[in-house]
Amino acid sequence: MNRRIPGTLLHGALLLLVLAVAVFPFYWMVLTSIKTTAETFAYPPSFVPAEVTLEHYRVALAEKGVGPSLVNSLIVALATTFFAILLGAPAAYGIARYEFRMKRDLWFWFISNRMISPICVALPFFLIARSLKMLDTYTVLVLLYLTFTLPIVVWICADQFRSIPKELDEAARLDGLSRFQIFARIALPLALPGIAVSAIFSFIFSWNELLYALIMTRSETRTAPVAATTFMSGYELPWGEIMATGTLIVLPVILFALLVSRHLVRGLTMGAVK
Amino acid sequence: MARGRRERWAPLAFIAPAVITLLAVGLYPLILAVITSFRQYLVTKPRAPRDFVGFDNYATVLTDPTFWESLGRTFEFLLLVLPIELALGLGIALLLHKPGLGLLRTLTRVSLVIPLATTFAVVGLVGRLIFNREFGVINWFLSLLGLPPVEWLGQPATAFAAVAIMDIWQWTPFVALVLLAGLTMVPPEIEEAARLETKSPWKILRHIQLPYLLPGITAVLILRTADILKLFDLVFVMTRGGPGSATELISVYIQRIGFRVFDQGIASAQAILLLILTIILSRLYIRLVYREVEA
Repeated sequence: MNRRIPGTLLHGALLLLVLAVAVFPFYWMVLTSIKTTAETFAYPPSFVPAEVTLEHYRVALAEKGVGPSLVNSLIVALATTFFAILLGAPAAYGIARYEFRMKRDLWFWFISNRMISPICVALPFFLIARSLKMLDTYTVLVLLYLTFTLPIVVWICADQFRSIPKELDEAARLDGLSRFQIFARIALPLALPGIAVSAIFSFIFSWNELLYALIMTRSETRTAPVAATTFMSGYELPWGEIMATGTLIVLPVILFALLVSRHLVRGLTMGAVK
Repeated sequence: MARGRRERWAPLAFIAPAVITLLAVGLYPLILAVITSFRQYLVTKPRAPRDFVGFDNYATVLTDPTFWESLGRTFEFLLLVLPIELALGLGIALLLHKPGLGLLRTLTRVSLVIPLATTFAVVGLVGRLIFNREFGVINWFLSLLGLPPVEWLGQPATAFAAVAIMDIWQWTPFVALVLLAGLTMVPPEIEEAARLETKSPWKILRHIQLPYLLPGITAVLILRTADILKLFDLVFVMTRGGPGSATELISVYIQRIGFRVFDQGIASAQAILLLILTIILSRLYIRLVYREVEA
């Protein structure tokens, strides 16, 4: 019995260490965003703010154009999510419910989109967008973001549709419903949890994206991650404002991610774990 | 008969919109990239004729030492972070799987979501803050151990290490959660029976738990390899590939050629080679690891 107590102590200490390391950079970011600039440069560093200020948030939002960039990010992420669900949910249903030739190849192609380096798509897309005069528009970002959100929506929703018993479809058909009515009235409401999870994933991925936005946007549609990186030019870095911007970007994502944390592994391992 | 035909076309109506969209925004640009890769294409000279140059771009890329260096650097990075992430991830998964301390375990598991959800670009920003030479908190931790301050982002080797540390911070939780999912698949009665047989956690890991962990490990190998070949945001924000080219991984290098040197022909050839490499590697992994499972 006595031997177990040190074991539990060690177990607890290691868990606490993991917890501390996982949270620390996030804590440090939020802390720096509400510290005064003098305290940020203080040595030794302070782990609890002596004085709390929201000045950095005010400057970032009102003077550095972070406000509009957050709105841009929101518009792009919501529009991408809307179209990803609109196109992806029926496709997932089709894949889950029907057998057809080349189904395996189609499925593999959907999933293989997870592997492709965005730079491979960004180069040609830049040339296309430039010749169509679509640089710095929401449309071009939404289209690009569909390349990674659409597969994930199909991946998660197909799971959900498979879990709905086929007998329900057949009963509805006997009642005289058309195929589309069966999908819209029977299957879709039952698949709502899966659709919600995939919507959150596509929102998070679009919200976090940097490379495409960096290449495709200028001043008009600049998204928040791009705005955050533009702070990094110059010599004296305004750390308070940078971390305030970081906090504004990350906080909503973490809240959303906690909502889907049970599905996080499945969402992130798309295609690689059965 | 009519019904049979309708049956055959039904899936098409559901699937076609998504497939057409993905073909248009995913596959068509890739085809265009292949075409561009055979052309001379400088964005800075819009009037210049875009002649087809055959395999010239590919020849240039394949004989370009900088390309090979950035590719080699990418694999060095992979070989540095992947074993650490796997080892730490397995350790954390075992800690979270071990019974007892319910609340703390749940809290720790939930906290792993934070690194995963943090915007990659913001991870880079935080990295620049905590690895700062003068007021960075990492150097303060080092001073507690009696170590001198390090100019982390100013020297090639330490900048490489700093980027690696941020990547490890962000992705070890992913490995831990994947492996934890594997551990919970082990039937509890088998695990308990084994614990009666042996006291050695190593033996239980090797003989009971490992078979359930292998699919997850394969997934981690494939996805982390693909992700590091893609890795851009973190490096771009934290070091821009510097100092010099010490942290210029392959995706950052291609971005520089395409959008700062503006040679789209060369950059496209590089991107296509990267794509081919990614496909080969993921196929190879699947083959190797699944053979091991069957044997």
